[in-house]
Amino acid sequence: MRPNNFWKTSSLISLILAGVLVVMALLVNMTPLGNSMWLRVFFGISALNFTLRASIPLILGALSGILCERSGIINIGIEGMMLAGAFGGFVAKVATNGWPLTASLIFSVLIALAIGGLMGLLHATLSIRFRMDQIISGTVIIILATGFTAYLFDRNAVAEGKFNALPIPGLAQIPVIGPVFFDNPPITYLTLLLVVIIHVALFHTRWGLRTRAVGEHPRAADTVGINVNRYRYVNTTMGGMLAGLAGAFLVLEAVGQFQEGMTAGRGFISLAAMIFGNWNPFGALGASLLFGYTQALQNELLLAGFTDIPRQFVSMLPYVVTIIAVSGFVGRVRPPAAEGKVYETEGSSE
Amino acid sequence: MSTENIPVLETRGITKRFPGVVANEDVNLTLHKGEILALLGENGAGKSTLMNIIYGLYQPTEGEILVNGTPVQMNNPSDAIALGIGMVHQHFQLVPVMTVAENIMLGSESVKNGLLDTRAVAARISELSQRYNLDIDPYAIIEDLPVGARQRVEIVKTLYRNADILILDEPTAVLTPQEIEGLFEVMTLLKNQGKSIIFITHKLKEVLQVADRITVLRQGKTVGEADPETATQNSLAALMVGREVILTVEKKPANPQGVVLAVEDLAARNDLGDPALRGVSFDVRAGEIVGVAGVQGNGQTELVEVVTGLRHADAGEVHINGQRMTNATPRAITQAAASCHVPEDRHAYGMVSPYPVAENLVLNTYNLVPYSHGINVDTRAIRSHATELVKQYDVRTPSIDTPGGSLSGGNQQKMVVAREFSRDLNLLIAAQPTRGIDVGSIEFIHNQIVAKRDNGVAVLLISSELDEIMALSDRIAVMYKGEIIGIVPRAEATREGLGLLMAGVKDERVPV
Ligand SMILES: Nc1ncnc2c1ncn2[C@@H]1O[C@H](COP(=O)(O)OP(=O)(O)OP(=O)(O)O)[C@@H](O)[C@H]1O
Ligand SMILES: [Mg+2]
Repeated sequence: MRPNNFWKTSSLISLILAGVLVVMALLVNMTPLGNSMWLRVFFGISALNFTLRASIPLILGALSGILCERSGIINIGIEGMMLAGAFGGFVAKVATNGWPLTASLIFSVLIALAIGGLMGLLHATLSIRFRMDQIISGTVIIILATGFTAYLFDRNAVAEGKFNALPIPGLAQIPVIGPVFFDNPPITYLTLLLVVIIHVALFHTRWGLRTRAVGEHPRAADTVGINVNRYRYVNTTMGGMLAGLAGAFLVLEAVGQFQEGMTAGRGFISLAAMIFGNWNPFGALGASLLFGYTQALQNELLLAGFTDIPRQFVSMLPYVVTIIAVSGFVGRVRPPAAEGKVYETEGSSE
Repeated sequence: MSTENIPVLETRGITKRFPGVVANEDVNLTLHKGEILALLGENGAGKSTLMNIIYGLYQPTEGEILVNGTPVQMNNPSDAIALGIGMVHQHFQLVPVMTVAENIMLGSESVKNGLLDTRAVAARISELSQRYNLDIDPYAIIEDLPVGARQRVEIVKTLYRNADILILDEPTAVLTPQEIEGLFEVMTLLKNQGKSIIFITHKLKEVLQVADRITVLRQGKTVGEADPETATQNSLAALMVGREVILTVEKKPANPQGVVLAVEDLAARNDLGDPALRGVSFDVRAGEIVGVAGVQGNGQTELVEVVTGLRHADAGEVHINGQRMTNATPRAITQAAASCHVPEDRHAYGMVSPYPVAENLVLNTYNLVPYSHGINVDTRAIRSHATELVKQYDVRTPSIDTPGGSLSGGNQQKMVVAREFSRDLNLLIAAQPTRGIDVGSIEFIHNQIVAKRDNGVAVLLISSELDEIMALSDRIAVMYKGEIIGIVPRAEATREGLGLLMAGVKDERVPV
């Protein structure tokens, strides 16, 4: 069996896991099973809600990584792009506190997208034009974002208001499913939609075919007249925008304020989700949900007053699961063949 | 002048300089409508470079290109494609993880409602493959296909773009004799439909068989034309290399000694998990050359991989010098048994493209004295070794610091051969050792192989060229469907007899 096929089925496994969670939640909430405290901790509606909320930035980060890496540019700077996007969104929100809430929020999201996009463009320029090692360039992006946001952050600034949940009429009333999936703020809906859109775009459109070719075998793409580096610039910039959107989610939808280093490693966990999902949008969705679930569990266990194990160990859960997942599977996934390599037409006679 | 006489393609004074090399110098070439022009030249003569310029991939340093009599400026391959130029590259340009249809439409996609219209593309591919007798499955994944099929995909790729001028850069280097016949039929069919073809090969017999006209390049310059009606293999070889080439191998009768490589009941599976070797047994003695013939895909590749430790054997035994080496690591096999391996796929197993030539030349010995002492690598020793080998094996490279990947295809192969042949050996395993190499260098490599044999080395030679097998081997084993269907002493072997065995027919009159 080729690793390819294995991974198509295994990203299915992640999704099936998510399905099992929903079914269990239905049972727990609608049958006497719900009397067990443990089942409520593991499968309560609040655990599911938290899972989705924790997953959104991971999904966006992983999608960002997919866009870049499918075109052959390694992006370990997602963490930095997210943080920069979050900060940009926050500054824009503070500056437009006087505007009507919706207008101000939308404007702030656009700014976050633009800042993320600029960071992506910077990464692309460093790695393509200046042929910098892409790991180093990504690290530079992270250091840059951490430093600048900490330096420029005004602790007295307050953003007023954040995105509220928009229940979808009808669907939001379905028990369990309704409150979990159909009673969310806009970036959450948008993210789930983006998974589908990017999947279709990547595997069924001209842009996607060319992107994959450029990331797998740039020379072959070049010989049929595709401008390899242009695809890499465009994709890395769009990837940056998605990371910026993840930042916007944190500030404008989840927390409502900016905090120093508020991305707290989510950019790195999204990289793990991207790898675990074998560079496929649905795989990344499944992996992000898995990682999000461990964060929810950590939260629920602490809330339920579970103290048999020191809470530091419970807090480690998401990171430990990430390490196990990625180390156990990493040999079997298959990254785009040309990622991380500079491409020049006359560089080699092959 | 009537339009009939205007060449469809003409290059005038093309010069191309790479750092340290002049790959083409004042090259003039003409191609007429409906003809097959053969382009000959030694390894590194600049054939691929010239073709890449005509295809818009490289920019010439000087000179101009005319298509149908008008000068054209091509900034990238899309310009060439728009002018009806198509190219099958020396190293295939296919994305291994994608399907045939995806590869063919790449860059010229058909789109319906914003989505790829794979079905329409597949229909068009089926139509083309029927019209030109190029059997391919649009939904197969490239990496599952044998080279012959990959090449058909490349040809369909150019036809899909309505190419009228086809450039085929060493299309026959990787094909079996049967596939080559098929390719020639396709080429003739295309020619009769008014398409014009530039055909590059190192096999002079093929040139005489299909070409209408022959142009020869040497060291970047056009040195002459030849007419296939009057030319002979010897005259072409002399024109290419600039000296007489002896096309037949001179060798004394073999004097076989003790068994060096013994293979017993070997079984193994291929990449797809299907049985590829079904109980293979033979041995190779010191001082003899055993050739393995067979249509490609009958287990030769897997046999070499198992013997060299690159593939796991499910059953059976491999003994080298009496030592059990079944499923040992490649390093244990190369070092303990002093064996070497010229791999079939030079890019995947033979070299590290971005490494300089000097480092590529010590990939098998870098950890041994004199190249390493403890944890220190002795750069001086590595460099002088490289300088020596490059000279001895005539590897044409600007310097020993040039990345291996930027050498011409044949020179990459010579680099791999030089490395593997330059150790003290008692077992030499060579798979397609002269693939893509010019006649002059083939002469040299063949003589080297015979010299090794005369020094008491056991040689296992795998080649899809029956001529090469017949010229070098002392005994010939024929593989068919994962088995050795017969082993024939060279003196008793005939092309017909071997041909029957390769087709799986066990003729009673052929001694086995
Ligand atoms: N991209 C490149 N960068 C630097 N040098 C190059 C490059 N491509 C080719 N060369 C050099 O140009 C010369 C001509 O190479 P080319 O590939 O055209 O030879 P060729 O005639 O096709 O040989 P072969 O028969 O071995 O394929 C060689 O010396 C090679 O090293
Ligand atoms: Mg060539």
